[in-house]
Amino acid sequence: MDITFTLIAQALTFAILIWFTAKFVWPPVMSAIENRQKTIADGLAAAERGKHDLDLAAKRSAELLREAKEKAADILAAGDKRASEIIEAAKLQAKVEADRIIAGATAEIEQEAFRAKEQLRSQVSAIALAGAAKILGREVDSKAHNDLLDKLVAEM
Amino acid sequence: MSTEHVLTPSSYITHHLTFNSQSIGNGGFWSLHMDTLVVSGLLGLVTFGLMWWIVRGATSGVPGKRQAAIELLVEFVDDQVKGIFHGDRSKFIAPLALTVFVWVLMMNAMDFLPIDVMAWVYEHVFGQEHFRAVPTSDINATFALALSVWFLMIFFSIKVKGLGGWIHELFCSPFGSNPLVWPANFLFNLIEYVSKPLSHSLRLFGNMYAGEIIFLLLGMWAATGLVGTIFGALLGVGWSIFHILIVVLQAFIFMMLTVVYLAMAHESH
Repeated sequence: MDITFTLIAQALTFAILIWFTAKFVWPPVMSAIENRQKTIADGLAAAERGKHDLDLAAKRSAELLREAKEKAADILAAGDKRASEIIEAAKLQAKVEADRIIAGATAEIEQEAFRAKEQLRSQVSAIALAGAAKILGREVDSKAHNDLLDKLVAEM
Repeated sequence: MSTEHVLTPSSYITHHLTFNSQSIGNGGFWSLHMDTLVVSGLLGLVTFGLMWWIVRGATSGVPGKRQAAIELLVEFVDDQVKGIFHGDRSKFIAPLALTVFVWVLMMNAMDFLPIDVMAWVYEHVFGQEHFRAVPTSDINATFALALSVWFLMIFFSIKVKGLGGWIHELFCSPFGSNPLVWPANFLFNLIEYVSKPLSHSLRLFGNMYAGEIIFLLLGMWAATGLVGTIFGALLGVGWSIFHILIVVLQAFIFMMLTVVYLAMAHESH
């Protein structure tokens, strides 16, 4: 149980071991651990950021989708409106056209009828004259009764 | 055991508790316990060399199993130091704590080697009649550690507070700076400075020495006959298992006290 020079030799060994550990063992382990901790922390932060970005993107895409749907609905409505407008306009135009055609046809018919009447009228006197000649049995002098015949034609 | 000894209990125990002493001068002090120095030196060389070899290629990426083991150890020590010492611990205090813990643990762990088998090996393989394999059951080893820590404690006290601050603290704490209580303060601090290395080293020494003695007593019992062999073996197993706890616990306590003393040296009162 005696204290000997061993103590001092042992203390010297201890000092060398402390120096060795502090210089060669501790720093590389600690720097490796700290670097890894930093890497992990960065990774976690990046994951958090990514998640946040994903949320934002999801929100944004939902918004875009909703907008697009609204726009599509608007376009459809506008298209429907335009179509009905075109149809209405076409109907109106067709009616106008039809009226015009009808009016034209009516006028032509009237004109035709008038022409037929005129023709008929111009021939009536001849028929009447021929009828009268047959009734009288002789030649009627058309010149002599021209006034009378003209009056008759005019009355018709 | 060497054959020329008559095997009596006292000669058995004396044989196991005699250091391999090498005289280097006149007087009892000038001798070296070669067993303590060689075993602790070899353990230090192998353990710290191994650690150095492993951490030389330390990667901050995915660590290998060896590196992970060292990292567990280092982080364990670092956590303990972080809880006690506030300041830049990476430069000195934490590596010191790691050194103390690992070295003391390895030196304590030499107690696991079966004493009589090892005694045969030392005698017949290495030709050493006396050889004590557990350096921490040599009071020189534990005092060497405790006194080194003690000097570091005083060194850091003076470094942090200045020589004047340290002397001021010697006389003015813990009771106050009134000149009337200076003697009381100084006496108090003196007792503290004496008791710290004593309790620090004797706690470790006592535990390891007592552990060794109990192994020796069980070994003696085992030599008394069949019943003694059975009980000696059974109790030897029990004590060995319990000793695993003591070995680790004492290494841990020694490290913690080292850190606490040095942390106290950094704090002003």
